[in-house]
Amino acid sequence: MSDVRLQSVRKVYAGGVEAVKGVSLEIADGQFCVLVGPSGCGKSTLLRMVAGLETISGGTCSIGDREVNEIEPADRDIAMVFQNYALYPHMSVYDNMAYGLRNRGTPKDEIDRRVREAARILEVEPFLERKPRALSGGQRQRVAMGRAIVRKPKVFLFDEPLSNLDAKLRIQMRVEIKKLQRALGTTSIYVTHDQLEAMTLADQLVVMNKGQVEQAGAPITLYERPMTIFVAGFIGAPPMNLLDLPASGLPGLSLASPVSGPVTLGVRPEHLELSTEGGALAVEVQVTAVEAVGAESYIYGALGGQGPEIIVRIPGRDLPAIGASLRAIARSENLHFFSRETGIRLN
Amino acid sequence: MEKRVVFNGRLLPYLLLAPQLVITLVFFYWPAGQAVLQSFLVQDAFGLSTEFVWFENYQVLFSKPEYYKSMVTTAIFSSLVAFFSLSIALLLAVQADRHIKFAAGYKTLLIWPYAVAPAVAGVLWLFMFQPSLGLVSQAIRVAGFEWNPLLRQDHAMTLVVMSATWKQISYNFLFFLAGLQAIPKSVIEAAAIDGARPARRFWTIIFPLLSPTTFFLLVVNVVYVFFDTFGIIDAATQGGPAKGTETMVYKVYSDGRSGGDLGGSAAQSVVLMVIVIALTAIQFRYVERKVQY
Ligand SMILES: Nc1ncnc2c1ncn2[C@@H]1O[C@H](COP(=O)(O)OP(=O)(O)OP(=O)(O)O)[C@@H](O)[C@H]1O
Ligand SMILES: [Mg+2]
Repeated sequence: MSDVRLQSVRKVYAGGVEAVKGVSLEIADGQFCVLVGPSGCGKSTLLRMVAGLETISGGTCSIGDREVNEIEPADRDIAMVFQNYALYPHMSVYDNMAYGLRNRGTPKDEIDRRVREAARILEVEPFLERKPRALSGGQRQRVAMGRAIVRKPKVFLFDEPLSNLDAKLRIQMRVEIKKLQRALGTTSIYVTHDQLEAMTLADQLVVMNKGQVEQAGAPITLYERPMTIFVAGFIGAPPMNLLDLPASGLPGLSLASPVSGPVTLGVRPEHLELSTEGGALAVEVQVTAVEAVGAESYIYGALGGQGPEIIVRIPGRDLPAIGASLRAIARSENLHFFSRETGIRLN
Repeated sequence: MEKRVVFNGRLLPYLLLAPQLVITLVFFYWPAGQAVLQSFLVQDAFGLSTEFVWFENYQVLFSKPEYYKSMVTTAIFSSLVAFFSLSIALLLAVQADRHIKFAAGYKTLLIWPYAVAPAVAGVLWLFMFQPSLGLVSQAIRVAGFEWNPLLRQDHAMTLVVMSATWKQISYNFLFFLAGLQAIPKSVIEAAAIDGARPARRFWTIIFPLLSPTTFFLLVVNVVYVFFDTFGIIDAATQGGPAKGTETMVYKVYSDGRSGGDLGGSAAQSVVLMVIVIALTAIQFRYVERKVQY
């Protein structure tokens, strides 16, 4: 068993920055866990504490049955893929992959077998004798992956491994990482700030903010039932429309069953549709901008003519004129209500 | 539009280069030419007549066992100084790289010795190790060891090696520290995760990645020992006892100045020049290939 358990893990850097403020997580054996959050929210710090590259200021981190707080990175039986790949520049691709095995005293023929196997899976066989500087970014990325898998570690750690690749290669590698992780069944923790990467890769998606976990769960759960305003605004693109409703209501907005008190109402652009009647929620918007992105289009409008901005997604490319007034509706199961003070979900 | 300044005329580049060229010509090529010329001449003992003798000075030089002895002395001296100054500097740089908190003060202290003139360094160490009065000598004697660099060649060699090493450590330290800081932290972290302990990380990752710096410093240090340590030797041992610390550059001086053999001394200078040109050429070739990985 190689599950990873974090209990109230904290990190205070020298100088007093509290980068991680009590994070508790359970990552089951073989699970793919993705950490997302805005820049500086402590994702890398958390990952590096699991790796043993940063000391843990409070709480415990266990891998399998063992608490690893005081255990050297070398003895944690983990592998990590870095954003800049961190290949050993003076070693050939073969030696880069063999290094970890040699350090552990693996027999020579076993090393050779494993390195060639990893090279075959990752399609870097033709480059085994080359130095990293003679490889493209994508090839380096594969070698970095190869270095991680040859050791058959208990846990894979990834810190934004794809962010230096171009868009097309990113998608390709994303699919490959997922396949590889499924095939090997290795528990993985993956840091990214790419939403799409997060949604597609994760078994468990963890949204972090300011050193704390906002919500953890299956990606679809986070999408359908965000438990805080932050998660609601963070997951989904274009982002959810979030409207602060005063007790007196907003001009241009009507709810079938009115809510009491100051709340924040959330509704996703894809859950709004143009219609002249009905709807648990109905909004009147004046179009300020339109965007066609192929199969669908986005309409940007001002609520009630001059209120807050609302985004509506419509299928096709049949775009309204700028300045036109439209009516959009949403069904009640697609409405999210949050407390304005605490940011916590109400419904 | 990008603004560019264009200088017309051919004169300006030459004018700008002139000061550097003049200095090089007057202070390097001219004395070098003089030395080469001098090495083909023989003067009588009173400096009254001069005769052109082609390579006779060189023949005499290479037939003298003392010359080979000074070569051996130089080889021992330079390898000891290069070895100790490089390894101690590397050790200190690794420490400074790790405990970067106090690095500023630590670095400043380590750089000071470089500002000390070689002759002063020689005198300093001579004082400390002077057999009867030197502070360190007294301590050594109390410890029951008979220390006397004025009589024993190995003690004299130890003394000059120590002072030359001490002076060169600062320079090496700075380069090593810069070299260490240029190694990406993530590469070392990757090695740690890959199961390498600190000592193994040092020998398999850090040391190979520092090798361009190390090679550069090796050449610079050898050149330093060949030439710049003259002041140290002159102040501390004057090449003695019994020529035990007479390096090639010191022999140029003692043969020419005290021995009055200007032709032989000039021939020795030319040999030294050839050596330093060869070393520099090796280094340039290497630097052109930049790094070996
Ligand atoms: N070595 C350090 N010393 C002091 N503070 C640090 C150190 N490393 C990170 N921090 C601080 O800790 C906080 C979290 O940093 P971290 O690198 O974990 O963020 P991140 O979520 O990975 O961000 P990004 O998405 O930009 O990589 C930041 O405020 C950062 O400034
Ligand atoms: Mg980060």
